Amino acid sequence: MLMKPETEVGSHRHLLTSVRRVLDSDVAHSFFASPATVLAALVTLLFVFMAVFAPVLTSYTPFNPSTLDLMDSFIPPVWDANGDPSHLLGTDDQGRDVLAAIMYGTRISLIVGLCSVLLSLLIGVPLGIVSGYFGGWIDSVVMRIADIQLTIPPILIALMIDGVTRTVLAGNLHETAAIPVLILSIGIASWPQYARVVRSGTLVERNKDYIAAAHMAQSPPYRIMIGHILPNVIGPTLVIATIGVAVAIIIEATLSFLGVGVPPTSPSLGTLIRIGNDYVFSGEWWISLFPCLALVMLVLAVNLIGDWLRDTFNPKLR
Amino acid sequence: MANFIVTRILQSAAVMFFVALICFCLFRYVGDPIVNMVGQETTIEDMEALRQSLGLDKPVLVQFAHFIAGALQGEFGISYRLQRPVSELIAERLPATLELVFVSAIIALTLGISGGLLTGIKRNAWYSRLVLALSLVGVSLPTFVVGILLIYLFAVTLNWLPSFGRGQVVDIGWWSTGLLTVSGWKAIILPAVTLALYQTTLILRIVRAEMLEVRRTDFIKFAWARGLAPRSVYFNHALRNTLIPVITVTGLQIGSLIAFSIITETVFQWPGMGSLFIHAVQFADVPVMAAYLVLVALFFVLINLIVDLLYFAVDPRLRMSAGH
Repeated sequence: MLMKPETEVGSHRHLLTSVRRVLDSDVAHSFFASPATVLAALVTLLFVFMAVFAPVLTSYTPFNPSTLDLMDSFIPPVWDANGDPSHLLGTDDQGRDVLAAIMYGTRISLIVGLCSVLLSLLIGVPLGIVSGYFGGWIDSVVMRIADIQLTIPPILIALMIDGVTRTVLAGNLHETAAIPVLILSIGIASWPQYARVVRSGTLVERNKDYIAAAHMAQSPPYRIMIGHILPNVIGPTLVIATIGVAVAIIIEATLSFLGVGVPPTSPSLGTLIRIGNDYVFSGEWWISLFPCLALVMLVLAVNLIGDWLRDTFNPKLR
Repeated sequence: MANFIVTRILQSAAVMFFVALICFCLFRYVGDPIVNMVGQETTIEDMEALRQSLGLDKPVLVQFAHFIAGALQGEFGISYRLQRPVSELIAERLPATLELVFVSAIIALTLGISGGLLTGIKRNAWYSRLVLALSLVGVSLPTFVVGILLIYLFAVTLNWLPSFGRGQVVDIGWWSTGLLTVSGWKAIILPAVTLALYQTTLILRIVRAEMLEVRRTDFIKFAWARGLAPRSVYFNHALRNTLIPVITVTGLQIGSLIAFSIITETVFQWPGMGSLFIHAVQFADVPVMAAYLVLVALFFVLINLIVDLLYFAVDPRLRMSAGH
């Protein structure tokens, strides 16, 4: 107990030095040495910025029907002869500004992507630590379920959960609850990979000396798991979580495109592509293609960052 | 080996039982099946009669036994939305989906394995780098975006290929095939390529990674030292030893082709089971959902079983240890 204040001061100092070390580290150097990663980080930041400040960046309110004018519908992008400078990327069938719709759509895509990965982590990480730490029947039950779930593509599981919830929630309820339901479906569909990584990390950490020391100090299991094992196994998990965000955004977009995700009243990028898809044949390509482009750029950027993180923090690949 | 197979079959049966249980609960407890089946003006007496004739007044266990018995014979009741037996609907749609998946699997396997070998053998050539960069783009492109882009390019702009439907089909018994007519082949190109793209990139990456791994091993160095021809080293020594993980991943990927066919079928209005299922989800048509779930689970279980059996075919060590 007497030692405590000292260790706290020590940890502050440790934090400061580690911040300095990060800025001057191999990691920072490898980040700036990889132009693709820097570009990807910039693109991601741009999208996050667009999503957060959408109401400031555009005066259009694309999902408030009373502000829409059907006379403005089907205006092509600004570089087309019939374009209108006030609608940079043109307008859709209801006169919505495509650029503004993409900003608000990115917002919903990002929210669903981040929240569902968070949910997967909240399910997967505790299950992984507990099954790795205790082993025995808990471990076999959890890992058996994870194995079975891993053989089925997450998109199918998300579709099933989404379908069942729709059936249970009658009438208009599932339209208002669409976003939480989506987060729930995608979150439940993708926990096994996090549980697996955390479990294998826990199996390694469990046998180290500091855990033995904690045991001897009579630390209760929950404290060992949260205080000692978790900080040591969470790193690799967060790295795959980055790629997980990209996957979650794709799943969300796909479900919305199929018409079982976010409703058209507050569309995500996938819903926008679905709306625009009806007009591809009649030549109004911009309604669908720009949201497609935004989605692909966002996902590609997040994937590149994830790949870089994985390569940098996985010593095996170096 | 026989022991292993029996265990595997028992496990598969357990998974199928579990899936059937979920489907039964879905059917029995999500909404009242009777209310979903009849029209608005049906009297309560008629509803009771229907309930009795369908056996829905019996104990739950008996009902579950009925459900299993029906499922084993391919009977899943009547679609709420279309008012037709689910088995009939599935039988109509099954050939379209299976043909699509079959053609995509061939594309994904051919391109994936040959691309993986090429990039694994000539790892520093410019075309290997190009293929790898493209494969990252391929993983980032959602299936439906690929479909829309292909439609825009080949159907709308160039007008070379049809963008929807199966073209002309020929009936062989109950199986209607589009693979015997020119218009059928034209119609399957775009959806099959769309469906295959993601799988191709994954197979390509795993084959490449395995090739790079196996090239470092001593027996490959020894094969080079013996002065064997490159073809012999790569194909007889290296490729064979990459097969186990490749088969695992490929098997799983072919399974997910079925799942991704839902998306492709929606984009290309392909009249298969996927589009049937997505409509069932939109309209809460539980019997169709349940039947699709059971079928897809069956497909997955069968593929996993075949993959396990293939291990014995490619890995002599497994045969040896199982024999003793």
